[in-house]
Amino acid sequence: MGERDPVLPVLAKPSHPHDSARLHVSGAARYADDATEPADMLHLAFGQSAHARARIAGLDLSAVRAAEGVVAVFTAADIPGENNVGPVAHDDRLLADGEVISMAQPIFLVAATSQIAARRAARLGRIDYEPLPAHITIEAAQAAGSLIEPTQRMTRGDAATALATAPRRLSGGFDVGGQDHFYLEGQVAVATPGEDGQIHLLSSTQHPSEVQHLVAQMLHLSSSDVTVEVRRMGGAFGGKETQAALFAAAAALVAAKTGRPAKFRCDRDDDMAMTGKRHAFRIRYDVGFDDEGHVLALRLHLAARCGATVDLSPAINDRAMFHADNCYFLPDVEIISERLKTNTVSDTAFRGFGGPQGMIAIERIMDDVAAHLGRDPLDVRLANLYGPGRDVTPYDMQVADNIAPHIIARLRTTARYDARRAEIDAFNARNSVLKKGIALTPVKFGISFTTTHLNQAGALVLVYADGSIQINHGGTEMGQGLYVKVAQVVADVFAVPIGQVRITATRTDKVPNTSATAASSGADLNGMAAYNAAMTIRERLTTFLARTFGCGTDEVHFTPDGVLAGAERLSFAQLCRKAHLGRISLASTGYYATPDIAYDRATHKGRPFYYFAYGAAVSEVAIDTLTGEHKVLAVDIIHDVGRSLNPAIDIGQIEGGFIQGQGWLTTEELVFDDKGRLLTHSPATYKIPTASDRPVHMTITLWDGENVEPTINRSKAVGEPPFMLAISVFSALTQAVAAGAPDKRALPPLDAPATPERILRAVAAHREP
Amino acid sequence: MSVSFILDGDIVEIADADPTATLLDHLRYRMGRTGTKEGCAEGDCGACTVLLGELEGDAMRWRAVNACILFLPMLNGRALMTVESLAKDGALNPLQACMAANGSSQCGFCTPGFVMSLYGRSVGASGHDLPVTDVIAGNLCRCTGYGPILAAGEAAGPLDPGDGDLIPALKGLATGETASGRHGDRIWFAPRTGAALADLLAEHPDARMVAGATDVGLWVTKGLRSIQTLIFLGDVAELRTIEEGLDGLRVGAGVRYADAHQAFARLHPDLGELVRRIGGLQVRNAGTVGGNIANGSPIGDGPAALIALGAELTLRSRDGRRTMKLEDYFLDYGKQDRRPWEFLESIWIPRPAPDDIIHIAKLTRRFDSDISAVCGALSLTVRDGWIAAARIAFGGMAAIPRRAPACEAALVGQLFTFDTIEAAAKALRTDYDPLNDVRGSAAYRLDTAANLMLRLWHRERGEVISVLDLEAAHG
Repeated sequence: MGERDPVLPVLAKPSHPHDSARLHVSGAARYADDATEPADMLHLAFGQSAHARARIAGLDLSAVRAAEGVVAVFTAADIPGENNVGPVAHDDRLLADGEVISMAQPIFLVAATSQIAARRAARLGRIDYEPLPAHITIEAAQAAGSLIEPTQRMTRGDAATALATAPRRLSGGFDVGGQDHFYLEGQVAVATPGEDGQIHLLSSTQHPSEVQHLVAQMLHLSSSDVTVEVRRMGGAFGGKETQAALFAAAAALVAAKTGRPAKFRCDRDDDMAMTGKRHAFRIRYDVGFDDEGHVLALRLHLAARCGATVDLSPAINDRAMFHADNCYFLPDVEIISERLKTNTVSDTAFRGFGGPQGMIAIERIMDDVAAHLGRDPLDVRLANLYGPGRDVTPYDMQVADNIAPHIIARLRTTARYDARRAEIDAFNARNSVLKKGIALTPVKFGISFTTTHLNQAGALVLVYADGSIQINHGGTEMGQGLYVKVAQVVADVFAVPIGQVRITATRTDKVPNTSATAASSGADLNGMAAYNAAMTIRERLTTFLARTFGCGTDEVHFTPDGVLAGAERLSFAQLCRKAHLGRISLASTGYYATPDIAYDRATHKGRPFYYFAYGAAVSEVAIDTLTGEHKVLAVDIIHDVGRSLNPAIDIGQIEGGFIQGQGWLTTEELVFDDKGRLLTHSPATYKIPTASDRPVHMTITLWDGENVEPTINRSKAVGEPPFMLAISVFSALTQAVAAGAPDKRALPPLDAPATPERILRAVAAHREP
Repeated sequence: MSVSFILDGDIVEIADADPTATLLDHLRYRMGRTGTKEGCAEGDCGACTVLLGELEGDAMRWRAVNACILFLPMLNGRALMTVESLAKDGALNPLQACMAANGSSQCGFCTPGFVMSLYGRSVGASGHDLPVTDVIAGNLCRCTGYGPILAAGEAAGPLDPGDGDLIPALKGLATGETASGRHGDRIWFAPRTGAALADLLAEHPDARMVAGATDVGLWVTKGLRSIQTLIFLGDVAELRTIEEGLDGLRVGAGVRYADAHQAFARLHPDLGELVRRIGGLQVRNAGTVGGNIANGSPIGDGPAALIALGAELTLRSRDGRRTMKLEDYFLDYGKQDRRPWEFLESIWIPRPAPDDIIHIAKLTRRFDSDISAVCGALSLTVRDGWIAAARIAFGGMAAIPRRAPACEAALVGQLFTFDTIEAAAKALRTDYDPLNDVRGSAAYRLDTAANLMLRLWHRERGEVISVLDLEAAHG
């Protein structure tokens, strides 16, 4: 039914609050850890590796088994099926088997009668390690040629020749750090054994189907024996796309082995040490351009720390390549993507999925070109935008709805960019300690899973004879408002108040074979699947009404004031009762597969994305040149969500995404020591933004437009794109550092995150003659 | 003896309470009140925020605290409100209703903590006079970007906590005696007087004293330690007095930072700003000025500033009292000049002269609720253009918070000029040999410590020297 264009005809799209808002504020919203614990519940903890890479020569768990409260201890040998919790390459062990490949990797699993007993016992394992050479950093892995897959190249034209012939040329580079998800609800899973070997799991996961499949394979069960349920997560951001499986599998193993319910609620510090993060990148570039700043040639090298296993790193690094153009036409280009295998926790999905790292590379290049030409960086950006006759990406996809130039032009005016730039120059001339900077950066983000088969979704709509409605779909709720958006879609189909729609937990026994709720695609895919399910029922009801009242189907209308059939008017509840008596099925599944996308990974050419979402932000910052402290003073955003399904929810996503991006580029620093131990493993040392980091001046405006593709309501995805608006903060900080030596025609050497120490170092370096 | 407290009008008694069981675990897993969430179990995220009420004279005083590092005996004789206490007969209170309507929650996991922090502000709890950003500085949200939460906080008016009945009820719980309990072979005490505390320490010199548990709490939740004997200090009223006079300030060691905030700010605005940035409000509502000194952290924030201001300590035991300069208390890393049977009773801070030039700076990765890379406190007395006295102290630069003798020597007796300041900044680099650690490299610490001297100079010349004092060019 992909041919339908569901610009929903019935109701205005009001900004319904999040469906769980009242439960959230009263503490009544239930998360996986909130169900009453049965008396025989077992609590779990992992014994963890103390080496980044080592052979396990001996494992003495006698003290663990003897510890107070311990009921069972398991090692890899106890796993009946496949010892794997990895999504693609099946190289992530639930429990280490003979060798550890990253620090804090689980080696054994303790089940005890209390949580503290399990955690205490888990520290009592005596493990003999034979350390092996380990690669902790990008440089070390590069030197050793340690890769998770062959280096990928995306090319167009002849970058080498174009570089050689360009009027101007520069090379540069910088490092971009990773990021911990810091979902407020840590990883958690509760496994309950059922009859005949079945397992039920409450899992805080973005990907219930994958947890189901991995647990089934791990326990030698069929998928139909395992049910995974998730009502809501306390935040996820990609960190529960693959990473939840480890804890769910551990709980399932204990439940299967002991016959008792088992809960794995991971401690925050362990969670940060054991679960994957955003990939750190080392970015190097060689760019050719002309006197006006037009980029003529680019060779871009993206080296990513992927960690010890494959996880989702291939697709994440692909997406970095896809976004290395951002909004700019790159005539002759070579993008080289090096995916480095390091003995650190395997890096994973995180909002933007590699896109931010690719995008910040090209934005940095724009700043660098501008610095060398002594121009306003915005002029250089404008000179390079996609436009008529220059509208094909390096992967050969046409940029069909290129609205970035319009958004930028509008924002430039509304945010008073030019006037403020002049005011900031004057401020910088007056002040010796504090310096300000301002930057406008755009975003173009491709929407669809680049692994094409993932772009499908299912839904189940149940209409009861009293007119109430239950909906279920494969998407999970992690705070992004997916459930309320889908509920609105279904309510609108039947023209009933949204309160008549009961949103239920995502369960693998209702909708099978789902994709992860990821890639910002939740509402696009599940909204459309739910729409199709609801429309199937509505069409049956329409036919039934036409037959019953002897009118044409075109005389049947679902309205807020009731259902009209010719001259008759019924309430929706009356209709449902009548239809039930008339033996009309009031339940339907719905399905949706994104049309028109195709991508050849071998050549990195094709149309990986159904459409693009756009936005732009202006950020104004100040730095202290004596301490490196900084403050984001003002942010103005215009962002494109197509025709919004729920403007309030969408604005919340934009604001939250921006602040999260700001954290990535400023305060959030992952520090590993030379042994591969994560030193920033708690909120005491890993600093996500607080309320006062939000700029006092912050405006967010939705772009008034609609999706050119027939998505649900002609809306656009919103989860990830706004994250990258925060690149404007990093560019503005660069400008503020540059203000320390305003006449210098060079970009200050600033790495991300721009901690006080990095800013101070950049200030000093830029002032050197 | 059981731990007794009042929750929603009912007395809750916990017999044989585990003295290091946390309130959060008790609420969630023993009482089934799962609205209060665990985000970190180390007092850094605020998802477990509850309001703890105690009698101050004849009035109720509420404070937002982190339940994750609050040990059960610390509840004894007090009143508690959790997020479940707020909605009456299923109706949200106005603050909750506003937050539900305006998008203050996305995933909702941090939300109960924010509700409790903001509700505390509405009912006049400790710290209610702070800006909303400060009231929620100890609450982390990863979804919203904070805008709607701040808006709800700004919009919230005063609310009546309906706690009138609690006052007689709490008086009924008070016995006047040292509370104590036993859990297996572990024992705890909560004395009510300094004399009783001194006696207990004489009998149990190996006991761990616990004031706010913002540090010791983590020994248990993260270190998984078992502590044999605990003496809780929260009931010792005489440790919680503040005497403010023309000459200076005497602060009882048990005064929580939140309660010392205004008096410290009156000593010098920089000291007030420093206190504002020590932990989040929940941490300042639990952590004490004395605990911040007695635990001997090499950073500790409070100590560096108080050393520069010339603070003195009074230690007390059954044998009597002794006083010492604060800087003399810190002997070496993890080692302080306190005998096991002594306790820190009070801190005396002389009031700076009005024309003393003082600059106190806390350098962190994030402004709010972060531990210092460097905490610097510079105090100069300048007479007729000459520097008559200098006290320069730093935390985060050595194994203990301590003064900078070479820097001070380069200042005293010199004209207050840029050259002198530059020379002193240079000398400062010889005073310390700091560590490289996760909060900053040795080079960063030395550079910024020296630069703080320059910042002091620029501020004296009338320049704005903090990014926190700037506004955007945006009209």
